[in-house]
Amino acid sequence: MTESMVLALIGGILIGVSSTTMLGGIGRITGISGILGLSLGKIKAEHLWRYTFLGGLIVGGIGMKISNPEFFDYQLNLPVAHYIIAGLIVGYGTRLGSGCTSGHGVCGISRTAKRSILATITFILFGIITVALKRALL
Amino acid sequence: MKTTIVAFLSGIIFSVGLVISGMVNPHKVIGFLDVFGEWDISLMFVMGGAVSFNLIAFRLVTKRDKPFFSENWHLPTASDLDKKLLIGSALFGIGWGIAGICPGPGIVNLVTLKLEAFYFVLSMIMGMLLFHFTKSVWEK
Repeated sequence: MTESMVLALIGGILIGVSSTTMLGGIGRITGISGILGLSLGKIKAEHLWRYTFLGGLIVGGIGMKISNPEFFDYQLNLPVAHYIIAGLIVGYGTRLGSGCTSGHGVCGISRTAKRSILATITFILFGIITVALKRALL
Repeated sequence: MKTTIVAFLSGIIFSVGLVISGMVNPHKVIGFLDVFGEWDISLMFVMGGAVSFNLIAFRLVTKRDKPFFSENWHLPTASDLDKKLLIGSALFGIGWGIAGICPGPGIVNLVTLKLEAFYFVLSMIMGMLLFHFTKSVWEK
Protein backbone atom coordinates (compact mmCIF):
# COMPACT_ATOMS: atom_id res chain seq x y z
CA MET A 1 0.00 0.00 0.00
CA THR A 2 1.21 3.48 -0.83
CA GLU A 3 1.25 6.32 1.67
CA SER A 4 -1.80 7.95 0.08
CA MET A 5 -3.76 4.70 0.39
CA VAL A 6 -2.90 4.49 4.10
CA LEU A 7 -3.94 8.12 4.63
CA ALA A 8 -7.14 7.48 2.68
CA LEU A 9 -7.89 4.48 4.90
CA ILE A 10 -7.20 6.41 8.14
CA GLY A 11 -9.32 9.33 6.90
CA GLY A 12 -12.07 6.92 5.87
CA ILE A 13 -12.13 5.30 9.31
CA LEU A 14 -12.39 8.77 10.92
CA ILE A 15 -15.37 9.48 8.65
CA GLY A 16 -16.82 6.17 9.87
CA VAL A 17 -16.21 7.14 13.52
CA SER A 18 -17.94 10.48 12.91
CA SER A 19 -20.99 9.04 11.17
CA THR A 20 -21.32 6.27 13.77
CA THR A 21 -21.16 8.91 16.52
CA MET A 22 -23.94 10.82 14.78
CA LEU A 23 -26.09 7.73 14.37
CA GLY A 24 -25.52 6.24 17.81
CA GLY A 25 -25.43 9.62 19.55
CA ILE A 26 -28.35 11.51 18.07
CA GLY A 27 -29.93 8.98 15.70
CA ARG A 28 -29.10 10.95 12.56
CA ILE A 29 -27.63 10.07 9.18
CA THR A 30 -24.54 12.10 8.35
CA GLY A 31 -25.58 13.34 4.93
CA ILE A 32 -23.88 16.64 4.25
CA SER A 33 -26.05 17.78 1.33
CA GLY A 34 -29.16 17.17 3.42
CA ILE A 35 -27.70 18.84 6.51
CA LEU A 36 -26.75 21.91 4.48
CA GLY A 37 -29.89 21.96 2.33
CA LEU A 38 -32.26 21.72 5.30
CA SER A 39 -30.42 24.37 7.31
CA LEU A 40 -30.83 27.00 4.57
CA GLY A 41 -34.35 28.13 5.47
CA LYS A 42 -35.55 30.01 8.51
CA ILE A 43 -33.37 29.67 11.59
CA LYS A 44 -35.02 27.08 13.83
CA ALA A 45 -34.07 25.34 17.06
CA GLU A 46 -34.62 21.93 15.45
CA HIS A 47 -31.78 22.74 13.03
CA LEU A 48 -29.31 23.50 15.80
CA TRP A 49 -27.47 20.20 15.41
CA ARG A 50 -27.17 20.90 11.66
CA TYR A 51 -25.60 24.30 12.28
CA THR A 52 -23.11 22.93 14.79
CA PHE A 53 -22.18 19.98 12.55
CA LEU A 54 -21.43 22.41 9.69
CA GLY A 55 -19.52 24.60 12.16
CA GLY A 56 -17.52 21.53 13.17
CA LEU A 57 -16.58 20.90 9.54
CA ILE A 58 -15.16 24.42 9.33
CA VAL A 59 -13.42 24.25 12.72
CA GLY A 60 -11.86 20.88 11.87
CA GLY A 61 -10.69 22.28 8.55
CA ILE A 62 -9.12 25.32 10.19
CA GLY A 63 -7.36 23.09 12.72
CA MET A 64 -5.93 20.91 9.96
CA LYS A 65 -4.93 23.96 7.93
CA ILE A 66 -2.92 25.20 10.91
CA SER A 67 -1.44 21.87 12.04
CA ASN A 68 -0.87 20.19 8.65
CA PRO A 69 -1.01 22.78 5.85
CA GLU A 70 0.62 20.29 3.45
CA PHE A 71 -2.78 18.60 3.00
CA PHE A 72 -4.00 21.78 1.32
CA ASP A 73 -1.04 22.02 -1.01
CA TYR A 74 -3.00 22.03 -4.28
CA GLN A 75 -4.49 24.54 -6.67
CA LEU A 76 -8.11 25.16 -7.62
CA ASN A 77 -7.02 26.02 -11.12
CA LEU A 78 -9.98 25.23 -13.36
CA PRO A 79 -11.75 28.13 -15.08
CA VAL A 80 -14.08 29.85 -12.60
CA ALA A 81 -17.14 28.86 -14.67
CA HIS A 82 -16.40 25.18 -13.93
CA TYR A 83 -16.75 25.72 -10.17
CA ILE A 84 -19.96 27.70 -10.63
CA ILE A 85 -21.58 25.18 -12.99
CA ALA A 86 -20.37 22.23 -10.91
CA GLY A 87 -21.66 23.85 -7.71
CA LEU A 88 -25.11 24.46 -9.18
CA ILE A 89 -25.42 20.90 -10.50
CA VAL A 90 -24.08 19.34 -7.31
CA GLY A 91 -26.46 21.42 -5.17
CA TYR A 92 -29.51 20.67 -7.31
CA GLY A 93 -28.63 17.02 -7.93
CA THR A 94 -27.86 16.07 -4.35
CA ARG A 95 -31.14 17.52 -3.12
CA LEU A 96 -33.13 15.89 -5.93
CA GLY A 97 -31.37 12.56 -5.33
CA SER A 98 -31.66 12.92 -1.52
CA GLY A 99 -27.97 12.55 -0.84
CA CYS A 100 -24.33 12.73 -1.78
CA THR A 101 -21.09 10.88 -1.08
CA SER A 102 -21.67 10.99 2.68
CA GLY A 103 -25.39 10.26 3.01
CA HIS A 104 -25.65 7.65 0.26
CA GLY A 105 -22.02 6.58 -0.20
CA VAL A 106 -20.90 6.26 3.41
CA CYS A 107 -24.06 5.94 5.52
CA GLY A 108 -26.60 4.45 3.11
CA ILE A 109 -24.33 1.70 1.85
CA SER A 110 -23.43 0.85 5.45
CA ARG A 111 -27.15 0.44 6.17
CA THR A 112 -27.32 -1.67 2.97
CA ALA A 113 -30.10 0.61 1.69
CA LYS A 114 -30.97 -0.27 -1.92
CA ARG A 115 -31.63 3.38 -2.81
CA SER A 116 -28.18 4.42 -1.60
CA ILE A 117 -26.39 1.58 -3.37
CA LEU A 118 -28.11 2.54 -6.64
CA ALA A 119 -27.42 6.27 -6.04
CA THR A 120 -23.73 5.64 -5.34
CA ILE A 121 -23.27 3.46 -8.44
CA THR A 122 -25.03 6.16 -10.47
CA PHE A 123 -23.00 9.15 -9.28
CA ILE A 124 -19.67 7.35 -9.50
CA LEU A 125 -20.53 6.14 -13.00
CA PHE A 126 -21.57 9.61 -14.16
CA GLY A 127 -18.48 11.08 -12.49
CA ILE A 128 -16.29 8.65 -14.45
CA ILE A 129 -18.11 9.45 -17.71
CA THR A 130 -17.79 13.20 -17.11
CA VAL A 131 -14.05 13.01 -16.40
CA ALA A 132 -13.54 10.82 -19.48
CA LEU A 133 -15.53 13.24 -21.65
CA LYS A 134 -13.63 16.24 -20.29
CA ARG A 135 -10.38 14.45 -21.09
CA ALA A 136 -11.54 13.66 -24.63
CA LEU A 137 -13.10 17.04 -25.45
CA LEU A 138 -11.07 19.68 -23.62
CA MET B 1 -27.87 20.71 24.08
CA LYS B 2 -26.12 17.35 23.99
CA THR B 3 -27.19 16.79 20.37
CA THR B 4 -25.56 20.05 19.32
CA ILE B 5 -22.28 19.13 21.03
CA VAL B 6 -22.27 15.61 19.56
CA ALA B 7 -22.93 17.06 16.09
CA PHE B 8 -20.20 19.67 16.52
CA LEU B 9 -17.59 17.10 17.56
CA SER B 10 -18.72 14.75 14.76
CA GLY B 11 -18.33 17.61 12.29
CA ILE B 12 -14.75 18.16 13.44
CA ILE B 13 -13.87 14.45 13.16
CA PHE B 14 -15.56 14.23 9.74
CA SER B 15 -13.62 17.22 8.52
CA VAL B 16 -10.28 15.87 9.76
CA GLY B 17 -11.11 12.60 7.98
CA LEU B 18 -11.87 14.42 4.73
CA VAL B 19 -8.58 16.33 4.93
CA ILE B 20 -6.31 13.40 5.90
CA SER B 21 -7.89 11.09 3.33
CA GLY B 22 -7.26 13.48 0.44
CA MET B 23 -10.96 13.91 -0.35
CA VAL B 24 -10.61 17.69 -0.06
CA ASN B 25 -8.09 17.72 -2.90
CA PRO B 26 -10.08 17.91 -6.18
CA HIS B 27 -7.08 16.68 -8.18
CA LYS B 28 -7.13 13.42 -6.22
CA VAL B 29 -10.89 13.08 -6.73
CA ILE B 30 -10.56 13.63 -10.48
CA GLY B 31 -7.73 11.07 -10.46
CA PHE B 32 -10.03 8.57 -8.76
CA LEU B 33 -12.74 9.15 -11.38
CA ASP B 34 -10.23 9.08 -14.26
CA VAL B 35 -10.60 5.33 -14.80
CA PHE B 36 -9.64 5.57 -18.47
CA GLY B 37 -6.66 7.87 -17.81
CA GLU B 38 -4.18 7.99 -14.95
CA TRP B 39 -6.39 6.18 -12.48
CA ASP B 40 -5.53 6.85 -8.83
CA ILE B 41 -7.40 4.25 -6.81
CA SER B 42 -6.28 5.52 -3.39
CA LEU B 43 -9.60 7.25 -2.66
CA MET B 44 -11.33 3.90 -2.87
CA PHE B 45 -9.87 3.32 0.58
CA VAL B 46 -11.81 6.30 1.96
CA MET B 47 -15.18 4.78 1.23
CA GLY B 48 -13.77 1.33 1.95
CA GLY B 49 -12.54 2.41 5.39
CA ALA B 50 -15.68 4.33 6.29
CA VAL B 51 -18.10 1.64 5.10
CA SER B 52 -16.17 -1.27 6.67
CA PHE B 53 -16.16 0.56 9.99
CA ASN B 54 -19.84 1.51 9.75
CA LEU B 55 -21.07 -1.90 8.60
CA ILE B 56 -20.10 -3.20 12.03
CA ALA B 57 -20.50 -0.05 14.15
CA PHE B 58 -23.93 0.97 12.76
CA ARG B 59 -25.26 -2.46 13.63
CA LEU B 60 -23.94 -2.24 17.18
CA VAL B 61 -25.25 1.25 17.97
CA THR B 62 -28.70 0.70 16.46
CA LYS B 63 -29.30 -2.32 18.71
CA ARG B 64 -30.37 0.11 21.41
CA ASP B 65 -34.00 1.26 21.76
CA LYS B 66 -32.94 4.86 21.21
CA PRO B 67 -29.78 6.84 20.51
CA PHE B 68 -27.51 7.76 23.44
CA PHE B 69 -28.37 11.47 23.52
CA SER B 70 -31.74 11.69 21.80
CA GLU B 71 -35.22 10.22 22.20
CA ASN B 72 -35.78 8.91 18.68
CA TRP B 73 -34.13 7.44 15.64
CA HIS B 74 -34.35 9.65 12.55
CA LEU B 75 -33.75 7.18 9.75
CA PRO B 76 -34.75 7.50 6.08
CA THR B 77 -37.91 5.59 5.26
CA ALA B 78 -38.07 5.93 1.46
CA SER B 79 -37.48 2.68 -0.39
CA ASP B 80 -38.58 3.31 -3.97
CA LEU B 81 -35.98 3.47 -6.71
CA ASP B 82 -37.54 6.43 -8.52
CA LYS B 83 -36.47 8.84 -11.24
CA LYS B 84 -35.69 11.58 -8.71
CA LEU B 85 -33.07 9.36 -7.11
CA LEU B 86 -31.58 8.38 -10.47
CA ILE B 87 -31.63 11.78 -12.19
CA GLY B 88 -30.46 13.56 -9.04
CA SER B 89 -27.56 11.16 -8.54
CA ALA B 90 -26.61 11.37 -12.23
CA LEU B 91 -26.57 15.19 -12.03
CA PHE B 92 -24.50 15.07 -8.86
CA GLY B 93 -22.03 12.71 -10.58
CA ILE B 94 -21.67 15.11 -13.52
CA GLY B 95 -21.00 18.07 -11.22
CA TRP B 96 -18.59 15.98 -9.14
CA GLY B 97 -16.71 15.05 -12.30
CA ILE B 98 -16.51 18.65 -13.53
CA ALA B 99 -14.84 20.15 -10.45
CA GLY B 100 -13.82 17.12 -8.36
CA ILE B 101 -15.67 18.51 -5.34
CA CYS B 102 -18.63 17.04 -3.45
CA PRO B 103 -20.58 18.87 -0.71
CA GLY B 104 -18.47 18.03 2.38
CA PRO B 105 -15.07 18.75 0.81
CA GLY B 106 -16.57 21.87 -0.78
CA ILE B 107 -17.43 23.26 2.65
CA VAL B 108 -14.05 22.25 4.13
CA ASN B 109 -12.26 23.88 1.18
CA LEU B 110 -13.61 27.25 2.36
CA VAL B 111 -10.81 27.26 4.96
CA THR B 112 -8.26 27.59 2.14
CA LEU B 113 -9.86 31.02 1.54
CA LYS B 114 -9.49 30.34 -2.18
CA LEU B 115 -12.04 32.30 -4.17
CA GLU B 116 -12.94 29.22 -6.26
CA ALA B 117 -14.05 27.38 -3.11
CA PHE B 118 -16.48 30.21 -2.33
CA TYR B 119 -17.79 30.21 -5.90
CA PHE B 120 -18.41 26.47 -5.63
CA VAL B 121 -20.17 26.57 -2.25
CA LEU B 122 -22.30 29.61 -3.09
CA SER B 123 -23.37 28.02 -6.38
CA MET B 124 -24.11 24.76 -4.54
CA ILE B 125 -26.35 26.66 -2.13
CA MET B 126 -28.06 28.35 -5.10
CA GLY B 127 -28.59 24.93 -6.67
CA MET B 128 -30.12 23.63 -3.42
CA LEU B 129 -32.45 26.63 -3.20
CA LEU B 130 -33.36 26.20 -6.86
CA PHE B 131 -34.36 22.63 -6.10
CA HIS B 132 -36.41 23.79 -3.14
CA PHE B 133 -38.43 26.15 -5.38
CA THR B 134 -38.86 23.64 -8.24
CA LYS B 135 -39.60 20.63 -6.02
CA SER B 136 -43.24 20.46 -7.09
CA VAL B 137 -42.25 19.87 -10.74
CA TRP B 138 -40.87 16.47 -9.76
CA GLU B 139 -43.95 15.35 -7.88
CA LYS B 140 -45.96 14.89 -11.07
